[in-house]
Amino acid sequence: MWAMIVKEFRQLRRDRRTLAMMIVMPVILLVVLGYAASFDVKTVTVAVSGPQASVVAGLLRSPSFDITQIAPGQGRTWAQDRLRDGNDQMAVVTGGTKPLVLIDGSQLFAARAALTYLAALEHRFSGAPGAAGGGTGSGLPVTPKVVILYNPGLTTSDIMIPGLCGVVLVFVGTIITSLGVVRERQSGTLEQLAVMPLRPRDVFLGKIVPYFAVATVDLAIVLAVGVAIFGVPFRGSPAAFALGALMFLFVTLGIGVLISSVSQNQGQAIQLAFMTLLPQVLLSGLIFPLSSIAAGVRWIAYLLPLTYFNEISRGIMLRAEPIASLWQPFVFLAVLGAVVVTGATLRFRAYLAPAGRERGRKAAPVTQGAAA
Amino acid sequence: MTGAESGQVTWGATELFVSHGRTVALRGVSLSAPAGQVTAVVGGDGAGKTTLLRCMAGSLAPGSGTVRRPPKERSGYFPASSGIYEDLTVAENLDFRANGYGLPRQVGRDRAAEYLERAGLSAASGRLAGQLSGGMRQKLAVIAAMLHHPDLLVLDEPTTGVDPVSRSGLWWLIARAAAEGCAVVLATTYLDEAERCTAVLVLDEGTELVSGSPEQIVAAMPGVLRAVPFKPEGEAAARAWRRAGRWRRWDPLSGQDTDQAPVGRGGVITPDLQDAVTVAALARQVGQDSDPGPAVLAGQHQGGAA
Repeated sequence: MWAMIVKEFRQLRRDRRTLAMMIVMPVILLVVLGYAASFDVKTVTVAVSGPQASVVAGLLRSPSFDITQIAPGQGRTWAQDRLRDGNDQMAVVTGGTKPLVLIDGSQLFAARAALTYLAALEHRFSGAPGAAGGGTGSGLPVTPKVVILYNPGLTTSDIMIPGLCGVVLVFVGTIITSLGVVRERQSGTLEQLAVMPLRPRDVFLGKIVPYFAVATVDLAIVLAVGVAIFGVPFRGSPAAFALGALMFLFVTLGIGVLISSVSQNQGQAIQLAFMTLLPQVLLSGLIFPLSSIAAGVRWIAYLLPLTYFNEISRGIMLRAEPIASLWQPFVFLAVLGAVVVTGATLRFRAYLAPAGRERGRKAAPVTQGAAA
Repeated sequence: MTGAESGQVTWGATELFVSHGRTVALRGVSLSAPAGQVTAVVGGDGAGKTTLLRCMAGSLAPGSGTVRRPPKERSGYFPASSGIYEDLTVAENLDFRANGYGLPRQVGRDRAAEYLERAGLSAASGRLAGQLSGGMRQKLAVIAAMLHHPDLLVLDEPTTGVDPVSRSGLWWLIARAAAEGCAVVLATTYLDEAERCTAVLVLDEGTELVSGSPEQIVAAMPGVLRAVPFKPEGEAAARAWRRAGRWRRWDPLSGQDTDQAPVGRGGVITPDLQDAVTVAALARQVGQDSDPGPAVLAGQHQGGAA
């Protein structure tokens, strides 16, 4: 047994990445989960509209509610648009017989928190009638009408499945792609590809198009199952969703190729791919609400493509958010995609064309070298 | 490309220097590969064969020196890793190559069928390449490399680890390519194989040890070679090696001395290519230092399908 132990430690020492992962991963997980793993939404953002907007805003003002907009001249449509576009988690429309409270159900934990805080507020008013503005004659009732939009039942599957679409795309895009490309290197066939009359672009695209197709089919299946079996709504524009998915897939495939270009074998590729998958699952807002993640860790979320895809897929599927108000995640995805795909193409080219100077399909013989 | 048919084109390399990090793999090596001929690159492990062949195939850019080779679509390469997809069938592998080199579908199929037939692989065409025996896989890889009738065919040890029957099948394919006007450059550790090539380049630690036709290399051997029954003693032990149950002893004599020791007297024998190459390596070693060491050429091999 001793011989085995010694051999194993020697091999482990050579395999620095595994060793690093064994030591670093638990620490990272501990830190990230410690700061990020929270379902508690401490502050709910609120927009208030209608004639008594200022008064109501004054009543609501507390550590639990962050009043972002007070718009006495606006009505319900405006308030609802604020929620649809993801600007606020709650909106209050005044001016009717009862104030109308709109809550964005697509932000599950924020919605639950909003309900809790509202209940506490009502309790306070009923416990001390007239204490706050009761005698002003504005007729403010203590029980507002509450409407939960987009996910009235506050079901988990409604918010999980749009996000899961993203996870499926990450899985296929990053893990499967990196394996497929690194396999060429491991089996030595990459050298053969390098000397064949194929342009690096042909090899790159030829390599990722099949995965692209498979990922698209996967996405369709997840969506179909989500809608048919779990009853997840699809309220927005399928075209906008498809565009978002396409851009997101582009980023994840690029990451897959990048990973494969820095990995010597499939084991390393899997390790790296998981190291990109894990933070995306934990920090993208898929499980834990973004606003609950400690600021020290939250910036990581904004580097992850899944964060933006989550915003897009939830916005479009649940809230029918128009593409115009989603321009931010789209732009970030485009930037990430450009960076990642450029990097991947360059790495791929360097690794496919060591001969460098020869490109295209020249018919003339090649004389290469010099510079002695 | 135009001259390939008429056998006038000579591909090759001049004064190549290649280093991998701090290791110098090639130091000023030149190679000439005329169309229609098979040129062997011989050397032990780490001699620089693969590096030279990768330069010829275009998968490695030399640090300095020039490589003269046809454009990619007119070259064929069999890398040391064989370049075959183990999870594709024999037919699918060839189909990929034919497509990649832009062969018309029917031409690719006809050629594949013909080569597979001649190499005895027809029955295996539906089998996964990973399930083939070593010899069959090597044959498949050579067929794949020559399917598009390249002007230059670069083969990195196609016969290493292959049984004698498969080796003769491989040699049929190689001879066929050369007969069609292709310049073949082949790395091998087997000197009996090099003996059947038109020209041989022997590498040792990244430099040229000897080169020329096998006859030229034998004729250029300095000194005298003897076959003796026992290992010589003393200083001569460093210049002796075992071969075929007897000992070879080499004495670096002047040309005049050679005349005094004709073949047949005192155990003096006519060297073959293997002897000549071993002597060249010994001569270099003796010239460099007097430290006795093992014969330099690692890949000495006897028998096989010569």
